[in-house]
Amino acid sequence: MSKNKSEYLINRHDNQYEVVIGLEVHAQVTSHSKLFSTSATKFGAEPNTQVSLVDAAFPGMLPVINEYCVKQAIKTGIGLKAKINKRSVFDRKNYFYADLPQGYQISQFKDPIVGEGKVILDMPDGQKEVGIERLHLEQDAGKSIHDLDPKNTFVDLNRSGVALMEIVSKPDLRSPDEVNAYIKKLRSIMRYLGTCDGNMQEGSLRADVNVSVRKKGSKEFGTRCEIKNVNSIKFMQMAIEYEANRQVDLIEDGQTIDQETRLFDTKKNETRSMRSKEDSHDYRYFPDPDLLPLEVSDDFIENLKSEIPELPDEKKKRFIEKFKLSPYEANILVSDIETSNYFENVIKKSDVKLATNWIIGELFAALNEKNLEITESPISAGNLSKLINLIKDGTISGKIAKTVFEQMMEGDKDPKKIVEEKGLKQESDPKALEALIDKVIDDNRDKATEYKSGKVKLFGFFVGQVMKVSGGKANPQLVNEILKKKL
Amino acid sequence: MSDVTKQTLSELVENIKSKKLSSSEVTKAFIERSQKSKELNTYITEDYENALGKAKKFDEKPNLNQKLPGIPMAVKDLFCTKDLRTTAGSKILNNFIPTYESTVTQNIWNEGAILIGKLNCDEFAMGSSNETSFFGNVQNPIDKNLVPGGSSGGSSSAVAAQLTPITIGTDTGGSIRQPASFTGTVGLKPTYGSCSRYGIVAFASSLDQAGPMAQNVKDCALLQEVISTYDEKDSTSIDFKRNEYSKELTKDIKGKKIGIPKEYRVDGMPKEIENLWKKGIEYAKDCGAEIIDISLPHTNYALPTYYIVAPAEASSNLARYDGVKYGFRAEGENLIDMYEKTRSEGFGAEVQRRIMIGTYVLSSGYYDAYYLKAQKVRKLIKNDFDDVFKKVDAILTPSTPSSAFKIGEKTNDPVSMYLNDIFTVPVNLAGLPGISIPAGHDAKGYPLGLQIIGKAFDEQNILNIAYAMEEKINFKNNITDWWIK
Repeated sequence: MSKNKSEYLINRHDNQYEVVIGLEVHAQVTSHSKLFSTSATKFGAEPNTQVSLVDAAFPGMLPVINEYCVKQAIKTGIGLKAKINKRSVFDRKNYFYADLPQGYQISQFKDPIVGEGKVILDMPDGQKEVGIERLHLEQDAGKSIHDLDPKNTFVDLNRSGVALMEIVSKPDLRSPDEVNAYIKKLRSIMRYLGTCDGNMQEGSLRADVNVSVRKKGSKEFGTRCEIKNVNSIKFMQMAIEYEANRQVDLIEDGQTIDQETRLFDTKKNETRSMRSKEDSHDYRYFPDPDLLPLEVSDDFIENLKSEIPELPDEKKKRFIEKFKLSPYEANILVSDIETSNYFENVIKKSDVKLATNWIIGELFAALNEKNLEITESPISAGNLSKLINLIKDGTISGKIAKTVFEQMMEGDKDPKKIVEEKGLKQESDPKALEALIDKVIDDNRDKATEYKSGKVKLFGFFVGQVMKVSGGKANPQLVNEILKKKL
Repeated sequence: MSDVTKQTLSELVENIKSKKLSSSEVTKAFIERSQKSKELNTYITEDYENALGKAKKFDEKPNLNQKLPGIPMAVKDLFCTKDLRTTAGSKILNNFIPTYESTVTQNIWNEGAILIGKLNCDEFAMGSSNETSFFGNVQNPIDKNLVPGGSSGGSSSAVAAQLTPITIGTDTGGSIRQPASFTGTVGLKPTYGSCSRYGIVAFASSLDQAGPMAQNVKDCALLQEVISTYDEKDSTSIDFKRNEYSKELTKDIKGKKIGIPKEYRVDGMPKEIENLWKKGIEYAKDCGAEIIDISLPHTNYALPTYYIVAPAEASSNLARYDGVKYGFRAEGENLIDMYEKTRSEGFGAEVQRRIMIGTYVLSSGYYDAYYLKAQKVRKLIKNDFDDVFKKVDAILTPSTPSSAFKIGEKTNDPVSMYLNDIFTVPVNLAGLPGISIPAGHDAKGYPLGLQIIGKAFDEQNILNIAYAMEEKINFKNNITDWWIK
């Protein structure tokens, strides 16, 4: 594998292969009710408790579009800087399965609600634009449960009819790292918009991954394989790595690649053939006659545009320009709407530079250790900004601040109170410090003599001793100044 | 009042309102006559006891402001009725009891009518003779050897035999108008979007429409006024101003322009039909209407277009009957085996034929040649009507190319069976309202119907023309009650 910059290439003999990846992301629309019925969509409910007659496809039941889901899809389209189609059509995708009660999925085939757009990725060697082919709305299927009974399959229809956005990228991705960045960016944009919670554990975000390989420099695409329904970024990366190498091996071996649908086996870390192109379903798409074409007006779209919050790209730009953050810092702070909100709350009343360092450094490390999200942070933005102010005004040193911070992590306490209760206030009174320093010099006469005779390295020893005697509370700057004079 | 069942709906309503008759008396009379008429095989499910209970309740506290106060009524078994078995004439729904009510039937009960039973129909409304029903064929009260038409054959037979004063059917390609024509009764197919499809077992969603069937135009108008409402639960329901059709009914059609489309003079059309049409034109003139020759150039393509669009939608609409959730299930070795056995045993031959046609025309490689082409032709057919309706107020045609045929005569010849819909399907394809009224008899004494087609949402106009012509025609049905021993 070439490490030439961040280019991801597969080397075999004298050949270098490039990997071409396109993703079909299925993102569950954040909404209280389903795409065509009024049933609830809450995750984790008892099986078959969120199922209406429409979801279970009873005779004579008809779908009625949920306007909120349409708005969510359009907002997402705006977030992807995409063309919003004022007229879109719902089609039926016909196939039989036990967890598909209608015998068809209502989806959008020829005329999706959102057309071409783009997503900007921040890669280590610069920005990369990934094209969006389309976004369409469709129903989720129910869930088949095969392991509750040796002979029977159980079906849970809670998910049946839940609104999904299928977001199809162009085949613009070239490495597992780019896939990682793409999914994270997409997730971030949708979370900013509130259109998808991006929760991969709960299946709110999953993807079909299309992989092909070609010799470096080639303009033609290779034959692609589609890896179905991968539900974590790690698995996507593993699947791509395995699949790309498998394809390269076949080509090097003089064989051809069959266009097929494959499954990723997470236990064996390999992809397996699921069905070939010949066996693929004929979905018999046709416009759903129960639904009229979906038409939205310019005003409808403009109104939604006015509801769009500042998105990560714009926020990043603002953070860099206004707060003089580095692109690296800005990237981290805008990656998640909750993080950026937290950051902006902290800096409302405290120093930007210190806040940036404390959030990216101490806070992230501490949250990581406790496996907490920023929204679950034991330290509120308000208290973190108080802590930063205590450092800034010299009440405590950076070192003491870390002690205070640790205590704050145990429960959201006011740092001022911790400093008072534990007597951690920094000693900045020159007279008190002089007394301390005199005592230290007195106790270490021999070292003081050595210092004076030229062993200047011992200065650090004296600083350390003073800090130790003061219990870490001595103002380090003042200690330095006074020590220099006294020695 | 001995001949309660001989009364028209308007008479019954009047007699109940004036307390000359109680709902119980009327309900009992129709139930008794229905019980004596089992040979016709009009009912799939009877609900007599509940009906009598409801009638009694009505009589205890009658609401006489309702439009159908305490009127007993049987409906086509394609309408889902809460807590009463709904089969769509199919084995696959033989044991299906809905927990919900269709909007159209709910509208009827809201106006005081009382359900007495569910009427036979072709399986999933696919048929023109009621012979595809899992529950057996229905006899035409005109003659025991005749089909009553289809798919609303139980409905037409029941109204003609006066087992129910009025009823509702559904019309996808002629399923109200053709059986009305075959039984000497009146049937209206309303504008697509006029009556909600919510709770009606779907056949072809873009064509299906519920409508009233009655013994005369006035009763038909009253029932249409009851069933036609805007419904948010049906995305294709249209919110337009609906008339009080029965109140606004008038025989004054002077100066109305009525078009006669030359393309409806089909090859091999029996002389009797030709003559009926000519007579119809004279009646219309007698009423003061102006007759205008018109052309609907794409008429020839209507039938093949229909037999692509309707099966395509049906193949998808019927996918839900898979043995998984409700209805009939045949056990199988695995899921696919269960599907195959359930659907092979649960659906009859005609339904399976249409599922296969529909699956074929939608399949990859054939979609453009069939389904897409059919949709384009459908648009041309609609344009034909749009053009013509710039010049005329309504169109007059025969309802069917022949009178009722014999039971078993066409069962092995699907194409000849499909040809029965030749005058009715263009109306469904264009989403327009059409009404069939009885207008005469053929040499054998079997009834023949005329069809009046109107502009979209112009039900009032075609009802008025039908009302005026009905008086001139003065049709009498020759029904001898031969089945009552």
